[in-house]
Amino acid sequence: MFFQEEFETMPREQLRELQLLRMRDTFKRCYDNVDFYKKAFNGAGVVPEDLKSLDDLRKFPFTVKQDMRDAYPYKLFAVPMDKVARIHASSGTTGQATVVGHTAGDLARWGECFARGIRMADLGPGTVMQVAYGYGLFTGGLGAHVGGEVAGCCVIPASSGNTKRQIQMIKDMGVELLACTPSYALLIADSAIEMGYDPAVDFKLKAGIFGAEPSSDGMRREIAQKLGIRYCDVYGLSEIMGPGVAMECGHGEGLHFAEDHFYPEIIDPDTLEPLPDGEWGELVITTLTRECTPLVRYRTRDISRIIAQPCSCGRTHRRIDRIIGRTDDMLIIRGVNVFPSQIEQVIAEVPGIATQYQITVGTRGSLDYVELAVEMAPDFVFDEIRQLEGLKKKLAAELKSNLQIAVDIRIVEPHTIERSEGKAKRVIDLRKNTGTIRGIGK
Amino acid sequence: MIKQLTVFLTNEKGRLAAACRVLADAGINLRSLNVADTADFGVARIICDNPDDALQALQHAGYRAAITDVVAVCVPDVLGGLADLLAFMDTLDVNIEYGYCFVNGGGNAIDILKVDGGADVEERLIEAGYVCPKAEDVYNF
Ligand SMILES: [Zn+2]
Repeated sequence: MFFQEEFETMPREQLRELQLLRMRDTFKRCYDNVDFYKKAFNGAGVVPEDLKSLDDLRKFPFTVKQDMRDAYPYKLFAVPMDKVARIHASSGTTGQATVVGHTAGDLARWGECFARGIRMADLGPGTVMQVAYGYGLFTGGLGAHVGGEVAGCCVIPASSGNTKRQIQMIKDMGVELLACTPSYALLIADSAIEMGYDPAVDFKLKAGIFGAEPSSDGMRREIAQKLGIRYCDVYGLSEIMGPGVAMECGHGEGLHFAEDHFYPEIIDPDTLEPLPDGEWGELVITTLTRECTPLVRYRTRDISRIIAQPCSCGRTHRRIDRIIGRTDDMLIIRGVNVFPSQIEQVIAEVPGIATQYQITVGTRGSLDYVELAVEMAPDFVFDEIRQLEGLKKKLAAELKSNLQIAVDIRIVEPHTIERSEGKAKRVIDLRKNTGTIRGIGK
Repeated sequence: MIKQLTVFLTNEKGRLAAACRVLADAGINLRSLNVADTADFGVARIICDNPDDALQALQHAGYRAAITDVVAVCVPDVLGGLADLLAFMDTLDVNIEYGYCFVNGGGNAIDILKVDGGADVEERLIEAGYVCPKAEDVYNF
């Protein structure tokens, strides 16, 4: 089911023309109204008129998170304050907050983007939707809320917290669509089961739109199964808009990127060169219709790839794959980019290996080496050496064929892998500075 | 069938001693200890007087431990005793995954065999005239 069929199924050629037109307009508004962009464009030796085709985009400078922090609070706004309808901001736990403004038009288009995802789940007018994202400066709550209203749903603004009441409302009010973070969806499911319900049978829930944090395939399956729903992924970030930048149609892999409003690029985070469709790299977004806080080539630090193959749902917008990590987590091992989440996925698919792991990267002579410490699963039979050697070989072979890296596997005793605050320290990179430890999934 | 205590140990100095200390503190008497090891890990196979309590003690202390069913056979401590036994096992069409033996002062030896593929190995050994000691007798050998 489409929400804006004309735009969602627009022929590629026509869509590219629209993108170019809107991008040029965006660049002109940026250059004329925002000092930061005027300086950045001048510094790169370009003016908006240099954008003659979408391929010219690569000549324009990137925008990074720090630029937004430096612009606190309003220096990136491209419209006067009487046109600003709402402000969202990041929490600013790692420094200055980033402030993003929205005009009435921005808010309307945001609602439409999210509403497309609700229609992808075959829901809309007549659907009772519960929004259990937090409301406030965080874009999750209000983003989903307005999306629900624009799609014609009856929206319950439950916000997050008070899980028992959430469950009571889901049951009593016949909620069919739940919007929240994956981890909160799982908590709702488990709490409902604890309360004696079988959510898959006792509730009317049909779909969930879950985003704002990473979730593994296993977690997706668990949520879908426990709640008896279709799991729909949503991508978005507050700098760009909020949830709704890309949404999952359920017909194929990945999420349709709202290409009439946002232009995606995938770049190599080291060389900063754009990569062809299909290759993994850092997602870079240029906004095409944002009025208050337009962004040019914003580096999201999220790692994904573009899936350009046509989707059987009929939408022409290219898809992005599930976000597999952040550039901060990326390891470059003998020239190959590897993300801890990819290693995690391979581990999850080898029976006999427990989910705890720790990767150590170091240098022997001039070559990098990777050592992966794992624990065996509790039910693994280990009294024969060859069983353990076989397990190591199997895991090494899977890693080699999936990630093209040679890994030394070490099976360790339980509780050997250090945990800090409940989270394991997943990566130790001895190459950069001694003993730097980075966690994933922050 | 008798119960062998199997413990997974990383190949680091002091790990085996630490595991044995846990067992000693739990009042467990070891009858035999056999360690198979590789460059980075080892598997300790232990016959002791109380395998169930020993398992609990080790697991409680955070070790990866398990009980493995093995066959015990009495073999006269004479030249060729073990060779004859293994020759007979060959005729049973089972795989011996590993084996070890221990001897007491009285000239008797017990062979411990981990056999794959024959639940009735013990019966057939007895039919062939071998003596398979009772579990308690092995635990208190
Ligand atoms: Zn689709």
